[in-house]
Amino acid sequence: MKMLNVALPKGRLGEKVYAMFETAGFECHSIKENNRKLIFENEECGVRYFWVKPSDVAIYVERGAADIGVCGKDILLEYSPDVYELYDLDIGKCRMAVAAKKDFTDDVKRTLKVATKFTNIAKNYYDSLGRDIDIIHLNGSIEIAPILGLSDVIVDIVETGTTLKENDLEVVETIVPISARLIANKASFKFKSELIEKIIRSMENQND
Amino acid sequence: MTLYDSVLKNEEKAIFALRGLYESYGYSQYKMSKFEEYDLYVKNKDFLISDSVITFTDRGGKLMALKPDVTLSILKNGKDAPGQVQKVYYNENVYRVSGESFKEIMQVGLECIGDTDSYCLYETLMLAAKSLETISDEYVLDISHLGIISAVFDAVALPEDCRASALKFIGEKNLHELSALCALVNIGEKETAILKGLVTNYGKPSEVLPKLKELICANTESLIELETILSAFEGSEIYDKLRIDFSVVHDIRYYNGIVFKGFIEGIPEGVLSGGQYDKLLANMGRRSGAIGFAIYLDLLERMSETDKKYDVDILLLYDDDTDITLLSKEIASLSRNASVMAQKKIPEKLKYAKLMKFDGSEAKEV
Repeated sequence: MKMLNVALPKGRLGEKVYAMFETAGFECHSIKENNRKLIFENEECGVRYFWVKPSDVAIYVERGAADIGVCGKDILLEYSPDVYELYDLDIGKCRMAVAAKKDFTDDVKRTLKVATKFTNIAKNYYDSLGRDIDIIHLNGSIEIAPILGLSDVIVDIVETGTTLKENDLEVVETIVPISARLIANKASFKFKSELIEKIIRSMENQND
Repeated sequence: MTLYDSVLKNEEKAIFALRGLYESYGYSQYKMSKFEEYDLYVKNKDFLISDSVITFTDRGGKLMALKPDVTLSILKNGKDAPGQVQKVYYNENVYRVSGESFKEIMQVGLECIGDTDSYCLYETLMLAAKSLETISDEYVLDISHLGIISAVFDAVALPEDCRASALKFIGEKNLHELSALCALVNIGEKETAILKGLVTNYGKPSEVLPKLKELICANTESLIELETILSAFEGSEIYDKLRIDFSVVHDIRYYNGIVFKGFIEGIPEGVLSGGQYDKLLANMGRRSGAIGFAIYLDLLERMSETDKKYDVDILLLYDDDTDITLLSKEIASLSRNASVMAQKKIPEKLKYAKLMKFDGSEAKEV
């Protein structure tokens, strides 16, 4: 029997996604045990799950270590992995947005300083506007960049907006809505399409 | 016994088999230099898979490139002649920039250039399938037709500036974004369903072709062409391995008709890629048609092989006093059935199946 390898994003989103797989008939009870294991297998159902860092899911799938996986649209937009994007799970919803200090006004005569983790998304967005920008790549605590004068604006994921509010920032523009997507390795899909289609159909029913 | 089978790597075995296959259909080998003037690639930069080309200046000050692609060089040297078709294959290394480093990739490919007709298209597809079959029995050849996609785009009046995005979503089998795009540009429900049909209809030709006819509601020239070519495979073993799948989308600035991609189970990427690239020839000022494909042999390394347990079957130890004539005769006799390494001391980290010692007249197991 062919095993289906599934990369799940560690964290709350991953747990929700696993519940959807379980409902689809691909349960693996050992995954609920409280331990530090990262790989779980249910030979009877022909499925193997692994927990990986959310931003790494696309790499596992693109390189074929996982046949399918679930990751945010932000990761797909940022890294453009060569994978199939098969289904929008409609969970993990948030948006990619431009945020700035409350009194910010964009001075178009100057180059705009943009701090972000999502360099490509920011670049593509401002390219589409024809705006000259200076990208400052940061790995975390992006919100403090405008406060300390490191940047004029930030491009980041906004879920509830609480972190922005607490740091006196606000959303200036929404770039794109984000949600979790089911992705598949292109070659794996050729040889395991029936299994993958079954999962998608079940997820569609769950979301109806 | 020859040891070739155990010694040759997957990609090396494939080269021999593929060369034999192509020669048996009258294709001749096209041998070329490793270098090409950079100018050729600047003019057709987007045709190349990799963005960067490795360049250097020759002794005359001309900017040269290490070949990142073979097709352009073959096209550059050909001439258009009515009724003539040039059939060539190549087995060359190409050089690409991969991340921060350079990569040398072994590539085998085939080109059919000139007054190409339906038979040429069939033959190229057939040789692509047979090439995959040479490598593994577990393969599929995905076939798409850019003419059908264009015809559908025209039929649903998809605005010109949305077509690249739509093509990208079809390539990703991304139904939700395709629907969103249609909604954004006010494409009607019925037309959206037709566009989505390009994503949802994939699989064996016998199952997909009737659905496509129903979907498109008209026999476009491209659909007839695809049907004619695929019908030539009916009844053959290859037919079972062919899939219609519009997610194969090559750059429409160069490719025009049939495009295809080959997959082998166990290899996480497409190993074969090809298609009709009449537009590239037109860009180069030629009037001919062309179809071809390339196989990325470096990917065959990833095919699951049983790990070699030993580096050598027999490790034969000898000492300073050994008569080398007698030793060489003993090794010649032992190596008829096994690989033999002669050493004075056991090399560190060497994995051997059997340890033997030469006692001056014969080898004895230790």
